[in-house]
Amino acid sequence: MTSSPSPSSRPDLSTRRAPRGAARRAPAVTAAALALTLAATACGGGGGSDTDLGSVNLEIVGPWAGAEQEAFEQVLDLFESQTGATVTYSGVGDELSTVLQTRIQGGDVPDVALIPQPGLVHHFVSEGALVPLTDEVITDMDANMADAWREIGSVDGQAYGVYLKVTNKSLVWYNDDLFQETGAEVPETWDEFTELSRDLADVGVSPLSVAGADGWVLTDWFENAYLQIAGPEKYDALSAHEIPWTDPSVQETLETLAEVWGEPDLLAGGTGTLQTDFPTSVTNVFNDDPSAAMVVGADFIGGVVSSSTDAAVGEQALHYRFPYIAGDGEAVVVAGDAAVAMTDDEATMELLRFLSSPEAAGEWAAQGGFVSPNRHVTADTYADPLTGQVAEQIVTAGDNIRFDLSDLQPAAFGATVGDGMWQALQDFLGDPSDVEGTMERLEAEAAEAYGE
Amino acid sequence: MITDDTLPAGGDTGGGAAPPPGGPVSDHRPGRLRRLFGPAALFLLPALLFLAVFLAYPAVYSVVRSLFDGSGDRFVGLDNYQRMFTDQRTFTAIRNTGIWVLVAPALVTGLGLILAVLTERIRWATAFRILLFMPMAISLFASGIIFRLVYDESPERGVVNAAIVTVHDVFAAPSEYPGARPREGLAADPTLGGYTTTGAHSLGDVVTLPLVGIRPGALPEQAAAAGLPEAEPDVLQGVVWLDSALGGEPGVIDEGENGMPRVTVRALSGNEVVATATTGDDGRFVLPDLAPGEYTLHLVEENFTEPFNGLTWLGSGLITPVIISAWVWIMTGFAITFIAAGLAAIPRDALEAARVDGATEWQVFRKVTIPLLGPLLLVVFVTLVINVLKIFDLVFVIAPGSVQADASVIALQMWQVSFGAGGNQGLGSALVVLLLVLVLPIMYFNIRRFRKERS
Repeated sequence: MTSSPSPSSRPDLSTRRAPRGAARRAPAVTAAALALTLAATACGGGGGSDTDLGSVNLEIVGPWAGAEQEAFEQVLDLFESQTGATVTYSGVGDELSTVLQTRIQGGDVPDVALIPQPGLVHHFVSEGALVPLTDEVITDMDANMADAWREIGSVDGQAYGVYLKVTNKSLVWYNDDLFQETGAEVPETWDEFTELSRDLADVGVSPLSVAGADGWVLTDWFENAYLQIAGPEKYDALSAHEIPWTDPSVQETLETLAEVWGEPDLLAGGTGTLQTDFPTSVTNVFNDDPSAAMVVGADFIGGVVSSSTDAAVGEQALHYRFPYIAGDGEAVVVAGDAAVAMTDDEATMELLRFLSSPEAAGEWAAQGGFVSPNRHVTADTYADPLTGQVAEQIVTAGDNIRFDLSDLQPAAFGATVGDGMWQALQDFLGDPSDVEGTMERLEAEAAEAYGE
Repeated sequence: MITDDTLPAGGDTGGGAAPPPGGPVSDHRPGRLRRLFGPAALFLLPALLFLAVFLAYPAVYSVVRSLFDGSGDRFVGLDNYQRMFTDQRTFTAIRNTGIWVLVAPALVTGLGLILAVLTERIRWATAFRILLFMPMAISLFASGIIFRLVYDESPERGVVNAAIVTVHDVFAAPSEYPGARPREGLAADPTLGGYTTTGAHSLGDVVTLPLVGIRPGALPEQAAAAGLPEAEPDVLQGVVWLDSALGGEPGVIDEGENGMPRVTVRALSGNEVVATATTGDDGRFVLPDLAPGEYTLHLVEENFTEPFNGLTWLGSGLITPVIISAWVWIMTGFAITFIAAGLAAIPRDALEAARVDGATEWQVFRKVTIPLLGPLLLVVFVTLVINVLKIFDLVFVIAPGSVQADASVIALQMWQVSFGAGGNQGLGSALVVLLLVLVLPIMYFNIRRFRKERS
């Protein structure tokens, strides 16, 4: 099997045309037969099995395309060679929820889907479209990663999602050339961070590049500050809107952010910040004539740096943890794609077990552009030490990781351009003195989105 | 969205299917009808089927869907419409669509007319028109990306701001130390601008005025190491230097810190300027010939004026005019082509007759050309209005996320509500019905005119 999906997907197409239900029944029968074989051969231990899945065809749908798709297909090749099953992956990009919704309505679901938003997992569970993970998968998963990951992929205490590829959103990327030129040192605490920012501004370097045109960048700032200031429990409560957005912890967070956002000297482009989009905010820091020294954001900024600037990730482009504000200092804001089962099938579960295994993660880690939550994947497995660092932070944080808060909100509040959290924080960036008004707006829009 | 260009064509089909002209209307209607109806229906069927499946059904379904909630399971009556008209964002979208309809088509038709008339008699008219028509060949999406760059706020990227800044700087040269600000001992002066010392100084003092906010490499080449002058009893003197904190003590002249040459320093007594000095290469200045007394020192604003960086085109205030300008750039070629064709069809003798009668060119244009072109201008205008009502991609691409709500139009709002993150297709359908209702009168007007033309 190579990474070319078209030949292998052709036979699938013919079954897809079969009358409603037939396509689903066929694997179910196979599954029943398989269950017997598996019962005999089922093996314990972490991850990859030598189970013979013979002629089983599995289909995965997910958002990954391009280089990510190629890397993932290599991971799947490993599964195929171990089990003999055939796995087809189709990348559908940003249209994932539409594609899945349509396929669920059409009665032709893939075996596994990779879902970036936990909210979407909830939605599909409520539609009865997802199959809960079996105990074997959960046991393997618990052996490999922190419980918090299982909880993120759970709905009402029932685990549905397995995390293979995740994102560390608690990073500050900086231009090391500028740091060396000005003698700046990597800050560890928020006070050091603001002091460094002022010092950089004093020597005529804009310290921070903020992509105000993209609301999600601002929500990442907020989440990092909030997770530390309020702590994981309150973070969970706010995520579920159990406490209002007018809570004092939100006020403290906004006031903390205003220490930086409220000073035009600290932001590259001053008033133009609200017109700066995410790619530009990165190239501002890492192009040949940088106009800013640091950009707060996730590990995938490295990808933007290598694709659109001449700076080398790991040399000029380095990062440090989001500065320490409060708490025990381990908290990390994460995101990731949950692999969920859509068919009740032993082979599907076997595939999910494989995806939670250190082997699967190790295979991708060696290729780069990948971070695993798996504690058995050591930092030196990664293609470069910088990524190893990123992964280590996630593993060390253990149960102190929290999923990107805006992704946990109803989309109307957490992920709509020009509305909800995005717009409220953009307006706050425009006028950081308006803490009170921002909180009230956030609360009003959250209440509406939650249908209260 | 659905109606667009299809209806006029539909009108044509209807005309073609009418009883053949000239055919005598017989008294044996039933028989004749049946005879005609057979084959006519047969020929009409594919077109009717097509219209029913792709136009009528979706339109009707949209109306029905707009009466249900987001999930499509619960009948909510007119709730979606009520929500639509009370929601601030939708209101902005409707208002912006209104601005578009009022401004854009008239502007394009007018520009098209002027350019078509102007290019009519020049030698390279065709080449010129092809050039103006070219933007039509670029997809709206790509044009949007181009204009997003054209209007970028940073003069290094956005060509409009680059041009404005260049022109501005010819008349007002940028200052030598833009963005420099004091570290201590000085405060922004609300009346004079610039910075004034917070304390008072008298003869014999040596005043240190540390400034920050400039990269050391950005100092003029002649800048030399800063140093404190020796105190002298009868003069007020001091030093202005770039005080870097990283790797140095703030407020103290450290090794490697340079003076700032050519800064204008004034001595103030009350609010009155009593002496002026300019710093040397090492940042020192001397204010001579002062009467004994207390003075404050003032650094004039011209030293530090921030460079002019053009306008925030993509901010919430200017975004709609900016997007309209992009659309005008694209559509003007379309108007020119049509109007030029119309101009070519105007009978020459009418123009000649007017000229022979002694009319000026302007009179010929106003009294002959425009009336003869009238119907055509109307067609162009109406087509553009319909085009504007469904405008979507330009707004989507050009407006940055932070101002998209300010730039929104009905079609964009409809898409966001139904397929964006919200996913409420009930409310989306209500919006699309609104759009349909807005297009209907124009369609009706169009069809009536077609009929009139034929009769």
